[in-house]
Amino acid sequence: MPDVVVIGAGMIGAACAYYAAREGLSVTLVDRGAVAAGTTGSGEGNILVSDKEPGPELDLAMLSCRLWTELASEARELGGFEYEPKGGLVVAENDEVLRALAELAGHQEKSGVVTRAVAADELADYEPHLAPGFAGGVFYPQDAQVQPMLAAARLARRRPSVTLRTGTEVTGLLTERGRVTGVRTDAGDIPAGAVVNAGGTWGGEIAALAGVDLPIMPRRGFILVTEPLTGLPSHDASGAPGSSVGSGPLVRHKVYTAAYVTNVASDSAGLETSAVVEATQAGTVLIGASRERVGFDRTVSLPVLARLARQAVGLFPALADVRAIRAYCGFRPYCPDHLPVIGADPRVPGLYHACGHEGAGIGLAPVTGLLIAQLITGAAPELDPAPFRPDRFAEAAA
Amino acid sequence: MTAHDTPTPDAGGDGVGERAVGRYDLVIVGAGPAGLAAAGVAARAGLRVAVLDAGARIGGQYFRQLPEGFRAARPGALHHGFSRFVRLRDALGDADILLGHRVWAVERGPGGGFAVHCLEGREERARTVAAARLLIATGAHDRVLPFPGWDLPGVMTAGAAQALLKGNLVMAGRRVVVAGTGPFLLPVATSLAAAGATVAGVFEAGGRFALAPQALARPGKAAEALAYGYRLARHRVPYKGGRAVVAAHGDGELTHVTVAKVDADWRPYRGGQETIECDTLAVGYGFVPQLDLPAQLGCETSRDAAGGPVARVDRHMRTSVAGVYAAGETTGVGGADLAELEGVIAGRAVVADALGTPVAGDPADPRTEARRRRLAGFARALLRAYPVGDGWTSWLHDDTLICRCEEVPYGRVKEARDLGAADARSIKLLARPGMGWCQGRICGEAVARLAGEDPAPPRRPIAQPVSLGDLAAMDGRDEWKET
Amino acid sequence: MSGVGGSGPDGRVSGASTVRNGDEGGGMSGASPYRLVGARPEPGFEVRVDGRPVPVVPGQTVGAALHAAGIRTWRTTRFGDRRRGLFCGIGVCFDCLVTVNGVENLRACLTEARPGDEVTTS
Repeated sequence: MPDVVVIGAGMIGAACAYYAAREGLSVTLVDRGAVAAGTTGSGEGNILVSDKEPGPELDLAMLSCRLWTELASEARELGGFEYEPKGGLVVAENDEVLRALAELAGHQEKSGVVTRAVAADELADYEPHLAPGFAGGVFYPQDAQVQPMLAAARLARRRPSVTLRTGTEVTGLLTERGRVTGVRTDAGDIPAGAVVNAGGTWGGEIAALAGVDLPIMPRRGFILVTEPLTGLPSHDASGAPGSSVGSGPLVRHKVYTAAYVTNVASDSAGLETSAVVEATQAGTVLIGASRERVGFDRTVSLPVLARLARQAVGLFPALADVRAIRAYCGFRPYCPDHLPVIGADPRVPGLYHACGHEGAGIGLAPVTGLLIAQLITGAAPELDPAPFRPDRFAEAAA
Repeated sequence: MTAHDTPTPDAGGDGVGERAVGRYDLVIVGAGPAGLAAAGVAARAGLRVAVLDAGARIGGQYFRQLPEGFRAARPGALHHGFSRFVRLRDALGDADILLGHRVWAVERGPGGGFAVHCLEGREERARTVAAARLLIATGAHDRVLPFPGWDLPGVMTAGAAQALLKGNLVMAGRRVVVAGTGPFLLPVATSLAAAGATVAGVFEAGGRFALAPQALARPGKAAEALAYGYRLARHRVPYKGGRAVVAAHGDGELTHVTVAKVDADWRPYRGGQETIECDTLAVGYGFVPQLDLPAQLGCETSRDAAGGPVARVDRHMRTSVAGVYAAGETTGVGGADLAELEGVIAGRAVVADALGTPVAGDPADPRTEARRRRLAGFARALLRAYPVGDGWTSWLHDDTLICRCEEVPYGRVKEARDLGAADARSIKLLARPGMGWCQGRICGEAVARLAGEDPAPPRRPIAQPVSLGDLAAMDGRDEWKET
Repeated sequence: MSGVGGSGPDGRVSGASTVRNGDEGGGMSGASPYRLVGARPEPGFEVRVDGRPVPVVPGQTVGAALHAAGIRTWRTTRFGDRRRGLFCGIGVCFDCLVTVNGVENLRACLTEARPGDEVTTS
């Protein structure tokens, strides 16, 4: 009998399993699909501090950033997961936005975020192919990227005391005198000392098996993928200023406009897009990020793709002649207050939640795993998890 | 490259033959036997029809035509049943033929109908064609399986060898080995031999006479097979069954292949190997229908006799999505005769649906129906007679590329499986096969089989590479308003 | 650009406009694709491949013209430096991507050659 069953072999579940095992616990990690088959496999692999307002989520992100660097150096011997501390560049469309951005950066610094103001005429030093006309920006050297599927898979496999069981669907929770004592699956019961709900966008369904409510909803996002680039497109007909800059990657950091931060924090159910542009080690450029609350609808929306393309070309005019070859969508696990759910559920002893990270799940996975492991073992948590407690929604409703 | 040309769609009605408006009554994607047959039927009935094709000439893969520039006196010499093509061509009426149009996306338009997004010509000029009804007849491409050396220059698909010859009068090579499975290997070998290539051998991984019982049930096909056999013999081309090319070799370019005697599952027997010198290998293991467009529209799929996905249609070639029809290989690989017949049936159904009359009479014509059943039955029998044996995986080495685009070797696929990738999609997510230029069209089948699955219907929202500038130019246009 | 393979029309690339590519002798039988269909092609033109002239019959694709001239590969892959040329021949596999007149990533098997085209290999 394992000490812990973790439900969901995405990035969060893999991190929970890893840290629990590091604390000496035996873990069974179950997923109805394969490893990284849900939202983990539908994103970009963002590890961002730049997009977070000061507060509990930024505190999580700061600690998680540090954990990611540790994991990355540990993972190198395993084959790695393309960890790239490339930094993020947030650009402002006009002086007013720049002032707001600079103010935000000032607040973020107090939480430990490293920021560097970038004047308009310095932007090209960071991104030679950026469109002209931006008022300036802020560079965030701590922003990073991973290949999230590999990261999840490698973390899940890192510790011998973790047993991975894919294709195993949890159909119920085992309880004894009101306490969760394991899971029931379509492949038999797995009794355990503790159960962690790392069900991501489907975390609400797992909670429902325990009879508790977690208001996690899907927030759809599309990503466009370009043809692999070997450098600058040589047929640059757009007259972009970058065309004289010579070879080198078209996009060097994570680049987005300040509007992204507003969109992330927005509650709107309607379509919001703000292009986040970045290159990958495979040579492609990834273009996110749209946000819509349309349930689990996978129907491709060309208008969304068109909007993303327009915004990306607005950032990097040379992208106009680069071809998109692929698009995919995923469903962010969205909570009404945009904060994840991390902690023991006081309503159901033995059940822990680690889900609802919206678009920040990759970045926040290590800290989530660490906190869950500490809570299960009774160690003092490295951070106060109170803002993320699972029963907060009931209070808000009351 | 970013200019958009959009014919103005009409107000939405479903009128037939309103020449003044920009919307076609029927847009057909694919100018092969199915698309051409349907176009003729619909155009003759008075519908305003457009046929879109990525190629420079009509005919599709089967009836691929030579450029005029060759001034060929006997263009039919490269074809089987060329007179049928001539009939199809001459019966097109006033259907608009839009060549060099690659369709990268289709979607439902506002007020019913469909928007067909194309890229035209080498300049990839963006253009959207509006359609009240849509027939998808996009054919199929060769199915290929990975084996050591399959990415050496000189190794190509059987279809590539045919396309070079039929469309360009270029021989794939001087000394050619033809290998794989299925009856398509025979015309490829005989055409090459007739054109002057030395065909060093035709190696059928299945049984050489797998087709025999079915061919006997269809005398025309038996005669066709005999004719191929006769021609191969005349050119002294050895045709051997139970043999597979399990490796290709060469220093930079192909110089020879290893042919192995294989058992019924295609596992090589010990010691049954020979080396054959050649500069070209033409290889094909059947065909894979191109389903990108029906998938984009959400058309339901079913499985063919070999487990592969095909567009599900009713007996009038209607897909599960109202206004969308499919014919030819899209509904299951069945060859040119069946494709043409399905095109006729689809064309009649479109006409009846457009006019608001029941599909009585023609499509229910018992002779048509009976003929279709017979041809479809033969196609199913062919699929069963030439299955892909599981043993091909034993040809692989750890460094054999599975995905040519992302250069993913078999070892990395195995590593992904070890990491917990239990299905094809996870293998793709972890090891990247299928994420490159071809979007898994070439390796998708192999990856699915390595995951122990039947291949899934494709999900390719972008069916052809499209520039971000063209995509950006679509933003905010009226017809993209969400409803 | 890789070397001229066994299928090249040896030494016939100069004076290209009078050369019919693909019209190769077929050994003992004397068969050729041109004879098979009775082709009497109209005067051709040249494209340049890394500066070298290659003959084209009007309507042929860049990929077919190169292949007929014995040029079987025209790009290398980005990870393993593997040589690539025609593979599927019908626009599906993207192996045959080629740069023509500076425009990258065109499918050679679909791109009809035009007089004066400059093809660059990598």
